[in-house]
Amino acid sequence: MNIATPTFEWLQLAPVLTVLLVACFGVVVEAVAPRAYRFVLQVSLVVLGLLAALGLLAVNYANESVGILAEGAVALDRPTYLIWGALLVFGLLSILLFAERKLDNGVSAFAASAASIPGSVSETDSSAARHEHTEVFPLALFSLSGMMVFASATDLITAFVALEVMSLPLYLLSGMARRRRLLSQEAALKYFLLGSMSSAFFLFGMALIYGYAGSFDYKAIDAAVFTPTYGHGLLLTGAALMAVGLLFKIGAVPFHNWVPDVYVGAPTPVTGFMAITTKLAAVGATARFFFVALGADRWSWQPLLAAVALVTMIVGVVLALTQTDIKRLLAYSSVSHAGFILVAVVGATVATTSNYTSSVASIIFYLLAYGFATVAAFAVVTMVRDAAGEANDITSWAGLGQKNPVIAAAFAIVMLSFAGIPLTGGFIGKWEVFTAAWQGGYSWLVVAGVIASLIAAYVYLKVIVSMFFAAPAEGVSVGKAGLVTLVPVGVGAIASIYLGIFPGPVMDVVTAASIFLR
Amino acid sequence: MITLETIAATGVFQVAWLMIALPALVAGLLLVSGKFFDRGGHWLAVAASSASFVLAFWMFIEMLGADPEHRAVSLPLFDWIQTGSWTVSAGLQIDQLSILFAMLITGVGSLIHLYSVGYMAHDDRRRRFFAYLNLFVAAMLLLVLANDYLVLFVGWEGVGLASYLLIGFWQHKPSAAAAAKKAFVMNRVGDLGLSMAVMSMLALIGSSSFEAVNAAASKLSPGWATAIGLFLLLGAVGKSAQVPLQGWLLDAMEGPTPVSALIHAATMVTAGVYLVVRSHEIFQMSEVASTAVVIVGAVTLLFGAWIGTSKDDIKKVLAGSTMSQIGYMMLAAGIGPAGYAFAIFHLLTHGFFKANMFLGAGSVMHAMNDDVDMRHYGALAKVMRVTFLTFAMGYLAIIGFPFFAGYFSKDHIIEAAFGHSAWAGVAALLGAGITAFYMTRLMLMTFFGEKRWREGVHPHESPKTMTIPLIILGFFSIIGGALMNFWIQEWLEPATGGHPHELTLVPTLVGWLTMAVVAAGVAISWFVFGAKPVPDAAPASGNFFTVMGRNDLFGDTVNDVLVVQPTMLAARGVVVADHKVLDGGFGGLATAFAGISTQVRKLQNGQVRTYALTMAIGVVAVGVVMILSQLG
Repeated sequence: MNIATPTFEWLQLAPVLTVLLVACFGVVVEAVAPRAYRFVLQVSLVVLGLLAALGLLAVNYANESVGILAEGAVALDRPTYLIWGALLVFGLLSILLFAERKLDNGVSAFAASAASIPGSVSETDSSAARHEHTEVFPLALFSLSGMMVFASATDLITAFVALEVMSLPLYLLSGMARRRRLLSQEAALKYFLLGSMSSAFFLFGMALIYGYAGSFDYKAIDAAVFTPTYGHGLLLTGAALMAVGLLFKIGAVPFHNWVPDVYVGAPTPVTGFMAITTKLAAVGATARFFFVALGADRWSWQPLLAAVALVTMIVGVVLALTQTDIKRLLAYSSVSHAGFILVAVVGATVATTSNYTSSVASIIFYLLAYGFATVAAFAVVTMVRDAAGEANDITSWAGLGQKNPVIAAAFAIVMLSFAGIPLTGGFIGKWEVFTAAWQGGYSWLVVAGVIASLIAAYVYLKVIVSMFFAAPAEGVSVGKAGLVTLVPVGVGAIASIYLGIFPGPVMDVVTAASIFLR
Repeated sequence: MITLETIAATGVFQVAWLMIALPALVAGLLLVSGKFFDRGGHWLAVAASSASFVLAFWMFIEMLGADPEHRAVSLPLFDWIQTGSWTVSAGLQIDQLSILFAMLITGVGSLIHLYSVGYMAHDDRRRRFFAYLNLFVAAMLLLVLANDYLVLFVGWEGVGLASYLLIGFWQHKPSAAAAAKKAFVMNRVGDLGLSMAVMSMLALIGSSSFEAVNAAASKLSPGWATAIGLFLLLGAVGKSAQVPLQGWLLDAMEGPTPVSALIHAATMVTAGVYLVVRSHEIFQMSEVASTAVVIVGAVTLLFGAWIGTSKDDIKKVLAGSTMSQIGYMMLAAGIGPAGYAFAIFHLLTHGFFKANMFLGAGSVMHAMNDDVDMRHYGALAKVMRVTFLTFAMGYLAIIGFPFFAGYFSKDHIIEAAFGHSAWAGVAALLGAGITAFYMTRLMLMTFFGEKRWREGVHPHESPKTMTIPLIILGFFSIIGGALMNFWIQEWLEPATGGHPHELTLVPTLVGWLTMAVVAAGVAISWFVFGAKPVPDAAPASGNFFTVMGRNDLFGDTVNDVLVVQPTMLAARGVVVADHKVLDGGFGGLATAFAGISTQVRKLQNGQVRTYALTMAIGVVAVGVVMILSQLG
């Protein structure tokens, strides 16, 4: 009996492996390094590791090495390059926020001892000893490696494992806030319970699809769609259940309930991290699953996703209207953006012509614009503080423009980008996803999307108006943050403007990545 | 049709951008430097402007040395806008037409800078003034040197801005502030025309570069050619103060006199003529548009001259005269290939003699303690010899006295106008007579007759920095015409496509006729104003012509009734509608959404079991949608 040696493309997979390795090394550091050095060591490990991964990615990109890797488990194609690159960049920017210690009397935003019961003596002791959980850095990296694989998986088993690798650390991270710990722990538990439930649906869907196609491989599923063996119902049910799992991670309605609670409860840097990277990975995985595995059967799933996109956009913006908490507002904003992105997924426009970008390209551009705006937005949220920590009530943001014009202006820029006002990246992103959907024949969805973005503009403008035209709120100030916070704010705001005024160069790169490798 | 062939830039042409960059840089430096340059900054501005002139002159010499096919140079600078299927690249086009403009702008501009050193010596915001002047020179050079309508538009807006800043320079005077605002608003109307033209080009041709537009002009449908032509004309009318957007120029005289000379006589107001000549391929495609240009020119030349006859303010007479002379240029530009070279010819000679007279007027005002009323002048010829003599050269040039600058250029236009149609010819001829009339009136009231000076006024000759530019400009007022008469048509031929006419020094029939009309104008003026003393205050007059003229032909009233009042009415209506309908509507809408929002929020109750239930319902809903879409 011959057993073929599995081939494993080490170099091409090096970016993911680097992140994973650095995370493992981080665990070793936790075990052996003295407490005093851990923080610096971990931060430098993260920065160097992610930069190294980016470098390796760039080398592979320059070599134009593409292909289905690891025995058909992972596809390294141009969209993968862009999503991995975006994950690494946004991951780096938002993990930088983890390292901010100037804002809260020299300690990070994470609990001194996450295992201690809130209000207990052991909590007071560890806080007094100024302990910190530096495990957050390897945890974030583990999650990031899972995301990278999730977005590029071309095999259902790989996708599921990656989904869990990405989710489990996030559940943990959500429960580690230094302040308002009960809220944070509650959020973590909710996230875990609902996330497990969604994973169960995902797994069930997988099983049904395996039953239909006899394989976990996307290519095999695609082939089975062409030459059906069993009833179509198996495929449909499987696809619907898998969609539930994917839409949960994206945060689409009606699977969005966890989003506001978790966004509010989790430490703000973690919220920023998962708002961007989870969405990137989940949207990438969703698009790949539907386009590659079920591309031939798109007439079945397009109406479903169209309905979800519609409800998601509308519920997201309508609920954002009455929010009084900035993190909750951003949470609903993130839900509505999930809807806008789904609009392009629904369009499923494959060809890139000189006039139209494909769905994949427009999704990636939208995610870039959304990511830069989000990282800056959450970074600013960490900076606005009162005596009890972050001041998340929108009323306390009144008059921020007078207290710190630069930070307020940066926040205003990213708000405008969220709203999709011209000359910001958000506008170009919306434009692209809407044209993709229009090309795909979903003009009614585009009309609904435009209306939703008009309502959304009201949400964001309200914040801007309050920041610049209302009397300053008492007792709230913009904290003096270190570079680890200011860099994400600056990069996010500048990139939001840059993508709006000179979308050309980025657009060229993105349109080159317009189809998934099969 | 002759398409202009350009060659790549070599030698001095490679640094042509310095012409624009130097004054722009100095303008920026003067504006941000604070007090540091208060003492010497103005000389820096003079140097920047002069350096640009030296560069322009150098290029001109190089072009003279080249053979006619290889004179026009294009210098691409950078890709400005790159989006979708079209690219706008910023670059310069230095051809026979633009180099003449560049020399006029920098040459006259430098002289006016020099003059301003004396004129603004006692103004404590002098540094700022020179910064604005340099900004103007830079913007105007960008306007004439651009190789693309969109780049031209940047310069076009730049001169608008500089003009606004300079008219309102003495912002403590409410009248100056109001005049600046008026100029800005009326220019915006013109700018709208130009931007519509550029947008149409981009939409129809896919490019706004001169090269592409000229090449594609003949393929445009007649309707679009007319539309673009009329849009361009609207832009030209606004910038060049032609009827019906003429109102701002008279008020613009509130600015310091060097500004009036530089911007509102010699350079900026001619931008409209430049635009029309530059877009000749489009105007040739549309009979309607080119006829509209002729009509605008003819009406304005009479209109301006009429205003010139009845004003007592020396600068306003000159402003009316400027409108009138630009009307001549427009008329020539509208006639077609036969007129382009003459339009530019007159533009150049006018640049010399009008700048000369404006600066002369400034010199007179300087001597009369900034009094502008000619009824308070008189007998200045003896006390201000240099000013008088140079002004007289300008006077002889503008009325078209044989062999002075204006004689050549204006006579050509009148002849070309007769070649176009009888009515255009008659209008041009009549205009020449009226010009002679009001200019003679100005001379008589200012320099001759009795002293009607107010108390405490002791006229004296102006300082050297002011008289030297006058002498130079006076010199060109004499020889400027003869210098270019036999040369300019051939020179401009590749750029404007006009065919040279045979010219002789012996006046033609029209030439004799013109001289007779001019002589009549001078004579009538002398009988009315020279033979008897000038009344100290303007006599009350029921004369229709006088009343109309004194009130700028009621241009402001017309604007007020036709534009301002309806706009104000509409604005008030919009405000009411905004408050009642929109605010009410949107407020209601927002409240409605907020109501829905509050209801839906109740589902977000924080209970995991509710969330899980929602998800389960969601799964069922997903299944239902899947099944429904299978049925559908």
